[in-house]
Amino acid sequence: MTAESTTPPREPDAFEQAMDRRPVKGRSLWVDAWHRLKRNKAALAGAGLLVVIVVMVTIGPMLNPWDHEIPDWDHYSTPPSLETGHLMGTDALGRDLFERVMVGGRISLLVGLVATLVSLFIGVLYGATAGYLGGRVDNWMMRAVDAIYALPFMFFVILLMVVFGRNIFLIFVAIGAVNWLDMARIVRGQTLSLKNKAFIEAARASGATERQVIVRHIIPNLLGVVAVYVSLTIPQVILVESFLSFLGLGVQEPLTSWGALVNEGAQELETAPWSLLFPAAFLAATLFAFNFLGDGLRDALDPRDR
Amino acid sequence: MALLEVRDLTVTFDTPDGVVHAVNGLSFDLEPGQTLGIVGESGSGKTQTALAMMGLLAENGRASGSVRFRGQELLGLSTSEQTRIRGSKISMIFQDPVSALNPYMSIGEQLIEVLTHHRNLKRGPARARAIEMLRQVRISDPERRMRQYPHQLSGGMCQRIMIAMGLLCQPDLLIADEPTTALDVTVQSQINLLMGELSEKSSTAIVLITHDLGVVAGLCDKVLVMYAGEVMEMADVEPLFADPAHPYSQGLLESVPRLDREDSGILRAIPGNPPDLVSLPTGCPFRARCDYAFDACTEHPKLEPFDDDRWKRCFLESRPMPKSSEENA
Amino acid sequence: MRNPVLKVEDLSVHFEVDGESRWFRREREVVRAVDGVSFELGAAETLGIVGESGCGKSTLARAILGLVKPDAGRVVWLGDNLIGLDEDAMRKKRRELQLIFQDPLGSLDPRMTVGQIVGEPLRNFFPSMSGIQVRERVAGMLKMVGIAPELINRYPHEFSGGQCQRIGIARALVVNPRLVVCDEPVSALDVSIQAQIVNLLKELQKKLQLSLIFIAHDLSVVQHVSDRVLVMYLGKVMEIASRDQLYADPRHPYTRALIEAVPIPDPVAERARQRRALGGELPSPTNPPSGCVFRTRCPYATDDCARTTPPLDEIDEGRRVACIRQDVVPTGRVLPKPPRSGAVE
Repeated sequence: MTAESTTPPREPDAFEQAMDRRPVKGRSLWVDAWHRLKRNKAALAGAGLLVVIVVMVTIGPMLNPWDHEIPDWDHYSTPPSLETGHLMGTDALGRDLFERVMVGGRISLLVGLVATLVSLFIGVLYGATAGYLGGRVDNWMMRAVDAIYALPFMFFVILLMVVFGRNIFLIFVAIGAVNWLDMARIVRGQTLSLKNKAFIEAARASGATERQVIVRHIIPNLLGVVAVYVSLTIPQVILVESFLSFLGLGVQEPLTSWGALVNEGAQELETAPWSLLFPAAFLAATLFAFNFLGDGLRDALDPRDR
Repeated sequence: MALLEVRDLTVTFDTPDGVVHAVNGLSFDLEPGQTLGIVGESGSGKTQTALAMMGLLAENGRASGSVRFRGQELLGLSTSEQTRIRGSKISMIFQDPVSALNPYMSIGEQLIEVLTHHRNLKRGPARARAIEMLRQVRISDPERRMRQYPHQLSGGMCQRIMIAMGLLCQPDLLIADEPTTALDVTVQSQINLLMGELSEKSSTAIVLITHDLGVVAGLCDKVLVMYAGEVMEMADVEPLFADPAHPYSQGLLESVPRLDREDSGILRAIPGNPPDLVSLPTGCPFRARCDYAFDACTEHPKLEPFDDDRWKRCFLESRPMPKSSEENA
Repeated sequence: MRNPVLKVEDLSVHFEVDGESRWFRREREVVRAVDGVSFELGAAETLGIVGESGCGKSTLARAILGLVKPDAGRVVWLGDNLIGLDEDAMRKKRRELQLIFQDPLGSLDPRMTVGQIVGEPLRNFFPSMSGIQVRERVAGMLKMVGIAPELINRYPHEFSGGQCQRIGIARALVVNPRLVVCDEPVSALDVSIQAQIVNLLKELQKKLQLSLIFIAHDLSVVQHVSDRVLVMYLGKVMEIASRDQLYADPRHPYTRALIEAVPIPDPVAERARQRRALGGELPSPTNPPSGCVFRTRCPYATDDCARTTPPLDEIDEGRRVACIRQDVVPTGRVLPKPPRSGAVE
């Protein structure tokens, strides 16, 4: 077999022959992961639920006749009813709860997404640099991370709010600025282990520059882990924002978020239970969905499966 | 009665890619005190055979058929019964000795635990017995080793300790899965010498799983050559090495370069790759790589006896001619 | 040697490893992974390097290719010293010096297709090549190593270990190197596949007139592929000789022990062997024995061996041995004389 397979001419005709037979399509790790993910019912359900929620909060307010600021003077604290047109009822000020849950959802999801992107950006850059350079640089960079970790997070956010006033933009920054620490640690760990992989050495041996090694080999191989981590960070950030809003430090009236709505609802628990039920249900469903999806992604992308 | 009677052992695994057929209808007997070598390449099912006998298959694995040990059926035993037999009657040593030992317990604790647990010995006598066992496997300064932890010892030392642990309860059967593969050549030969001595001195039967034909030649009485989860050939060690009857056994023997033979310049490689265990080919599984395959090989051959207590799974009537001598001529 | 392509002179690589950790500072210990190694390699010659794990053979390979920085010594490739070249100049040299890895699958980037993997060195060294040219060359190379070129878009995990190693070989050879260092290229493969890869390497070497450094722990494979063999122990050269000299009459006690340790697949001969296993274990590389590093396991060691580091003396044409006890080390083959071929039965 070796005799037969290694004697053909080396010249271009080898390629021409090859082109007569169309190259077989390969199955990349991403495709593989997708096939595994498809078999994971919980993850798929999570993904489906997320799509539904995102679509709802995006187009829901456009179809809904009510405004999230202007009260319906005829209906204060009314339960959900088709008759009144308030699908989820109204709050104590007579504002349509459906509208407010949708608008709140936009804010919550946006905070989750943007803060995660901020932490992704800083974390990947920082972690990959520390991991790849290694040695003393890595040591100092990670000690810095440890030091920031030691700051009480809530205190830090509250301080920011007090000093700079409350605005949504600041919430994004505050949460992202703290959340990147985890991302940096994870990316650094992954980079460290990738750096010692034989294929990285192989790339260096075949003449790749440091930059090429990072761009072609390190980053594409980090994506799997990062994808998993992103899907688990988003719900975490949403939760943090909810907590801040619950404390009254988050978004300000008349804007709202799920956390703020839960806060309001909790105060009217006895008189208007629906005003707690709906935002809480949406919040919980979103968190579940992200976590299921994240777990599914982790299983699907985990190279140990191979 | 044979010590171990394996009949029609089949092991499958459910994986996302389909059902993996790791072992397909394996049967063999092992007499007390005998050493059986199971040879094959990775994916031939040799390790899964051992794990199935020990009841240690991974969660997605299923074993069917029958494994009788002193007449008692091992498959389908409850976990507690399995645990009782494992460690006292049958023990197993693994390829990677360092990770097979508990890193958080001293060597002494681990050895003593085996005895207090399986033999109901008091700590004092158990300790004495453990030290004696360490001496037997040629560990210097056993008292000091008893206080050490696995990471403080070399791979060779850990494998000796695994062997000591395996033999502590004087089992009737020791299953050794590639016990020297992870070790250096010189340490390998120390361990092999040790295993040879122990099998001579004690009445423990050994199932030795390996890909190294040299180790088999040195230690085993009987050899079972596996391919794609099936026995290709089974015979006493001498006739099998002198005159392999199955093309696969022959191929294995000829594909290794040897220090004790004149070098002919080119190795006789077995062409191609092992089959996919998810979708096994019909007919003889070795057919695609076999130089002697002919029309009949599209049928599945049976394991049939020939000569004096030799078995082969092949339609060839005559022995395959050794290729190396042809090429030299 | 007349006109060696590669001359390694007194090469040393020392690593610092973590010892005790105290506060911000860690105690450092020095491992002499490679310690004063010298040898020469001719054009189209194969040098086998044997030794057990931790003997520094892989580090030596990487030091030659400039993948780790040596602490002392010279690596002279076609007249130029590679040590001290800057990163860029070294990278250019690597076109001529390629490496084949032990782990067939692990040395291929799992997210790249075979075409991208084998094409990468071309893109690095010949940025002006067009996409078509690269593909053409890659396909030709794949065919040469026995991989059907239509599999060019497949990913590494879709291949078996042997096929992955073929792809690794294609990647090393695609830029027409003159020296290929093979670091345990077959030790992760099954025996039947090992033979395929060994044959392939031998064949390509002959066809492309490559100089080969073949690193392995398996003495039988090394005997099969090498013209000359170098035996290492704890970072030092114990013996270097032509293949026939070395196997017919190993002069260093360690070489003899290594050969003695190899089990031979012949039950009658194997059981007849009066074997004495080498005692003891590899000493810690952070604290190697004084004098001869092998003396702690050597059956012929005397007090002198602890005092002086044995020089690597030329005892015969083309063979050097680092042992001062030459008068007592047995001579001749370790294994009985091989039967003539044909006497297989």
